[in-house]
This record gives sequence, structure tokens and C-alpha cells, in this order.
Amino acid sequence: MNLSFLRVSIWVYLAIFFLYLLGPLVIMSVTAFNSSAFPRMTPWECLTFQWFGELFQDQRILNGIKNSLIIGAGTVVLSVAMGLAGALMLTQIWPKLRATYYTIIIAPILIPGVVLGISTLVFWDRINRMLGLGADSVLSNGIFLTVIGQSTFIASYCMLVLVARLQRYDVALTEAALDLGATHAQAFRKILLPFMRPAIASAAVLAFLASFENYNTTTFTFGEYPTLTIELAQKVRYGITPSISALAFIIVALTVFFALLNEAKLKRQELVAAARKNATVEELAGKIKLPSFFAGNVAAMLVVIFAAATITVVGTATAYSPDQCIANVKEQKQLEADQRIQELRKQREERRKQREADEAEQGETQSAPKPSNNSGFGNVFAPNALSGDEDESNAEPQPSTNGGFGGAFDPNSLKTDE
Amino acid sequence: MSAGVGVDLENLWIRFGDFVAVRDANVNINGGDFFSFLGPSGCGKTTILRAVSGFLDPSEGKVLIGGNDMRGIGPNKRPTALIFQNLALFPLMKVWENITFSMEIKGASAKERRKRADELLDMIALPGQGDKLPSELSGGQRQRVAIARALCAEPDVLLLDEPLSALDLKLRQHMRTELREIQQRVGITFIYITHDQGEALTMSDNIAVMRAGVIDQIADGKTIYNDPNTAFAASFVGENNVFRGKIKQVMGNEAMIATNRSGDLVARISTANQGKLKEGDDAMMFIRPEAFAIAPDGATGDHFVTARVNHEEFEGNVFNIFTEGEGGKEIKVSIPNHGQSFQDHTGQNITLEYEAQNAVLVPAGELAAE
Ligand SMILES: Nc1ncnc2c1ncn2[C@@H]1O[C@H](COP(=O)(O)OP(=O)(O)OP(=O)(O)O)[C@@H](O)[C@H]1O
Ligand SMILES: [Mg+2]
Repeated sequence: MNLSFLRVSIWVYLAIFFLYLLGPLVIMSVTAFNSSAFPRMTPWECLTFQWFGELFQDQRILNGIKNSLIIGAGTVVLSVAMGLAGALMLTQIWPKLRATYYTIIIAPILIPGVVLGISTLVFWDRINRMLGLGADSVLSNGIFLTVIGQSTFIASYCMLVLVARLQRYDVALTEAALDLGATHAQAFRKILLPFMRPAIASAAVLAFLASFENYNTTTFTFGEYPTLTIELAQKVRYGITPSISALAFIIVALTVFFALLNEAKLKRQELVAAARKNATVEELAGKIKLPSFFAGNVAAMLVVIFAAATITVVGTATAYSPDQCIANVKEQKQLEADQRIQELRKQREERRKQREADEAEQGETQSAPKPSNNSGFGNVFAPNALSGDEDESNAEPQPSTNGGFGGAFDPNSLKTDE
Repeated sequence: MSAGVGVDLENLWIRFGDFVAVRDANVNINGGDFFSFLGPSGCGKTTILRAVSGFLDPSEGKVLIGGNDMRGIGPNKRPTALIFQNLALFPLMKVWENITFSMEIKGASAKERRKRADELLDMIALPGQGDKLPSELSGGQRQRVAIARALCAEPDVLLLDEPLSALDLKLRQHMRTELREIQQRVGITFIYITHDQGEALTMSDNIAVMRAGVIDQIADGKTIYNDPNTAFAASFVGENNVFRGKIKQVMGNEAMIATNRSGDLVARISTANQGKLKEGDDAMMFIRPEAFAIAPDGATGDHFVTARVNHEEFEGNVFNIFTEGEGGKEIKVSIPNHGQSFQDHTGQNITLEYEAQNAVLVPAGELAAE
């Protein structure tokens, strides 16, 4: 009894936890496929891929992605290099200084990104002026500044990752290499670096992700090269469209895909290692019988399923046309709107009649409509205020309502307006 | 032996802060010798080896290899190869890559390296195992790969830091003979570090016995065993019964000591101390368990000790008799087993006899911890 209760509550806890964790992502992803002009899951209108199309036609988003990738690459190179240098330094330094050194080098993580951004901007601007360079020099270039600014703290993250691995390094390995005639550079390149490779890869991924999602620091340094986060933030200021959901969906999907791919790879290495251990010398000398890619590798299967699903979806998307459905919804909306307008008119009519009747009764008291009336009027619109129907009913005479009301939320239209 | 490259330590001091790890070591190692440093844990053996291979700078004195002062010459420039206490095989490289790392450094082609690796793998009796990773080998195999890797660098001096300590007894004994064979085949100088006196005695041409940073004695195994310089050397190498006393009378190479519990006993003064030990000095007399024999009852004199048998052990090649002499003095006796029917003495009083030649007298000093 008690045990099963415990088990149930653990499951409930897990469910709530995952709901909390993943729920928003799932919902956002789903809204990317709803034709509703505002990202929402209900009411479900039509399955559509139009938001993806819109996303890929948005020059600012595309440009933002491009800048983010360039800056990400730069930050990865700089941060991993600095992180590795910092980590090596930590193991070489005089033990008494180690704690102090560690604190100093970790400090950038604790400093608000905003401060780092401003200080980067101010510092390099000073340098730029000291060198007598113009406003278009490399030192005031948005990409340069952003890479430098982000690396100030991302390098610390990298160092933490690298130090963890470096602590497991046996210095005797370097000594052995030296003893066998290697120079310090050779020992570093042939022994230490290969040992650090997994950690360097982790640090690089971490650095890239941290750079990609950074906003606080970048917002001061981007200059003429806005990153994706900057573009998104600017876009959201004018209203949110499902094409942002589409972007979110793509990012989530890519993350899941690479996570699975990585898992599959690790699992595969494990299996190969296990197979090698079991194999006799002859087997190894002859042909290594690798386990088939899928055997006992759930992640690998998931990757394949994932890829298949992607292909299917893309295939469907190119073939599928939600026009009919959208037309239907449009028609229905129009009908609803018409109906509501009719009702409205009727109400107005009634009210007018009532007023006339009142006037007739009370004679002179012919003032403005009472506040209570007014609120009654507002109620008609309240429940749907967000949905944009308001616009529609206002724009009632136009036949191409749909385009019109969608446009209100489309940043593209804003941009072209500018 | 042959014309190998010798190693000399001259007035070598190594300090870590205030701590003296090696104190005024003077050692001459002949080229082509198998030389061992023997001492308990923490006595500075590894420290000496690191000074020879160039990872540590001496605080004072110098290291000469082949007569050349090694000061300022880094480990990668010295004609030495070190086999580390923990082997330090490169975990991410295959066995053949490990073995031929020194060739890779010099830019040899993969084909050349492969060929050399196969030769060396044959030599260490691991043919066809070149494609494994070190983690896929057993302890003894890893051991041999480490030796092959060091030999591949074609050093003039091979330094081995307790390479057998991680192995089980059988493998250790097997590897002893194998190491000795390899050394004789390649003919280079081996400097071997161990805290196992059995290893040192079986393999070495010469042994240095170390105690807390000080070298007590340098000699071949037989001399160290039979003619120790100090109480430490006598008690550390092999088993020994110790009798403390004051020298009563010196008679040429022999002397008589007055012990508290076992009466007056006669022993040979160890070679290094002849002429130095004088009447009235505190001294220690050492008698190996196998140097005792059971004498007929009632015999007395200065070659006899009486004792009561506590218990006996049969060890295969010997019978061990643990006895208690006068005043509770513990004495161990080993009687070789040559198939005689052995009579159990437990609880009896027996008389033990030895020859003065087989008992050594050294100045009183620090004993090795059990
Ligand atoms: N880098 C160092 N800093 C300070 N003290 C050290 C250092 N290296 C060694 N020592 C000290 O020097 C002494 C000798 O150490 P060493 O490693 O040479 O011992 P060892 O004889 O090889 O012992 P073992 O048989 O346990 O390997 C030890 O007391 C050790 O604590
Ligand atoms: Mg040691």
C-alpha cells in the first residue's frame, strides 16, 4: 500500500516536473503548426507550414542567424583557447596562489552580463581612440566586440569544464613523453591534447550554446551585426508571430537530434570497446566484427526514427496545402463576424429604441448614455479581444480581411512600412 | 662487464624545502651493470632516479652519465629511459604506437614503426598484440610493453622504478628472470629501484642499500647479505636475529660481546668495521636463521644459545622454529628440509649452535622496521 503510494507519487512528481520543464517548449512547438495568426494551440485552426516559410523569408532573422553563427564560431575558438590556457595555468601555478587565481578567473561568471557588455564597449572604445582609429576600425566592429565581450565569461565556463578533465590527467604521461625524447610542444600536442579532446569538444559546444543564446552582453556590443537573440527581442517588441514558434521548434528539434546522435555515438563506442575486450587476438588481427549499429542501441534507433520523421514531415509540407482549410476557417470566421455584427446592430438598434422610449417617458433627460450601458457594449468584445476579431469586425467592409488582420502582427509589414 | 655507459653520482644532495630527501650520495655504476637501489618506502629511491633522468635538479653535487655532467640537460636530451612506478603507458594509443612513440617523435614512418614494434613485441613475448589498447592488457603484459617502449628509444641507461611491485608473486618471479635476460641481451646499464630485497638480490650485479636518504652500503648481493656494513643493512636485507651487547674483547677479525640475556657470544666483525670497533663499544650481532643448528643438549660456550621452542612452521624448503631465549629474547631458526623426518620440539628447551664466521658484528644502530 504505502510502497505503491510512494511509487505513484514519484511518478506524479516526475510528470509534473517534466510538464514544467518541457510543457512550454512543446506548446510553443505545436503553435508553429497552427494557422492562427497568434501563436496558440487552441482553438486549433489548420495544420500549416506557412510559418516556416515566413521564417525563412525573414531577412532579419536569417541575417541574425548568420551573425550568431559567425560570432559563435569566434567565441568558441577564443574561449576554448583561453579556457585551456587558464586550466593549464591552474595546474602549474604555485599551490598557495591557486585558490586566489581560481577565484579571479571564475569571477566573470558572477559579474552580470550587462556590466561585461558595457565594460567591453567602453574599454575597447578607449583603446580604439588611443590608437587613433576611426569608428569603422576592427576594434569597434560589432563582431569583434561581441566575440571579445562574450568570451570574457564564456572562457571561464570552458575553463571549468577543462579543469575537471585536467585534474584526472597523470603528469607522468607528459614526463614519459619527455623522457622518450619529445619536446614540451610535442608532449603537449601528442599526449595532453588528445587526452583533453573530449573536454575540449564539450567546452566548444558549451561555448557555442552560451554565445548563441547570449543577450545581455551582446546587446551592448553588437553594433551593426545583430545576433539572432537581438533580432528576436526586437521583433517580439512589436508582437509575436508563430514564425518565432517555428524557429523555436527548429532549435528544439536540432537540439534533440544532436543529443540523440551524441548518445548513439557514445553507446556505439561502448559496444565496440566491449566487443574488443571480448575478442581474441586473432579476431582483432583479422577482421574486427563490429556490432551492428543498432544492436542494443536505443539512441541510434531513435536517431533514425527522428531522421525518418523529419523527411516525412518535410515531404508532407512540400506536398500539403492548407489553403482549403484556411479558406474554410476564414469563411467561418467571416460568418461569425458577420453574425456578430448583425447582433451588434440589433443590440444598438434595441438600445436606440429603448433610449427613444426612455426619452419619450422622461422627456427632458436626454443626456449621454449611462456608464452601465457602455460596459454592456464592451462585454461583447471582451472574451475575444486578443484573437484579433476586433480588427476583423472593424475592417468588415474589406473582402480580403484575412490578409489584413494577419498583417497587423506581421513584423514584415512593419518593416516595409518603415 | 661490457662497454656500456656508466652513471656516477657525486656528492648528490636533494632537498625539498627543509626536507633532505637524498644526503650526500656517492655512487659509481659501471656501464652494462644491473644496479639496484634497495630501501624501504620513502627513503628517496624515486628521487634519485628522477635526478638521473633529469626531472629533478640536484640541490648539490652532480650526476654524470658516461662521464658527462648532466647539469642543464633536460630529460628529453639524456640518454636515459625511465620506466615509471605506475608505468605511464599512453592510454589513448595502441600498444604498437606506445612502443614506438620515441620513433614518432623523430618522424619515423608508420611502416618503420610497425616493423620495429613487431620486433619488440616478439622480444617481450607479446606477438600480435600491437593493436590492443594498454587497458586491454593484463598487468604483466603492460609491464612488458613499458619495457619495450623504453628499449625502443635505445637508451644507454634504463631506469626502472619498482616496475614489478604491482604484479602478483608468480608473475613477479617470472619477470625477474625475464628482466635479467633482457638486460643481458641488450647489454645496457639498468638502474633498478625496489624495496624487495629478493628482487635486488636475484637480479643485481651491485646493490645500494638506502635508509632515509642515506646510502648505507654499496656492494654485490652476496656481500650485502653476508657482510653488511650497518645494523640497518643487516636487518633490512633478509631475515636476521639480532643480539645487542658491549664489546668485551677484540680478537683479530673476531670479537666477543657481552649480551644482557644470552651471555657472551663471539662473532666476526664485518669487513667495513674491522679495526674500528673497539672494546667497550655498543655493538649488534646478527645471525641468520639458517646459520643456526640444533646442538646436542648441555653444550655451553660462546657459540651456543639456549632457548625454548614456542612453535614451529613447515615452509616447504625449510622448517622454521620460533624460540624464546633467556629473558624472552625471540630467536628464529630455519632448518633446511632435505627429506629428513623432522622431530617436533614445541615446548622443549634446545641449544642452538652457530659458527663465529656466520655471525657478523656491526656498530649498534638503527634497525629496519619490520
Ligand atoms: N616533490 C616533493 N616535494 C616534497 N617532498 C618530496 C617530493 N618528492 C618526494 N618527497 C619526499 O622525499 C622522500 C623520498 O621520496 P621518494 O619518492 O624518493 O621515495 P621512494 O623511496 O621512491 O619511496 P617508494 O618506495 O614508496 O616509492 C619522501 O619522504 C617524500 O615525502
Ligand atoms: Mg618511489
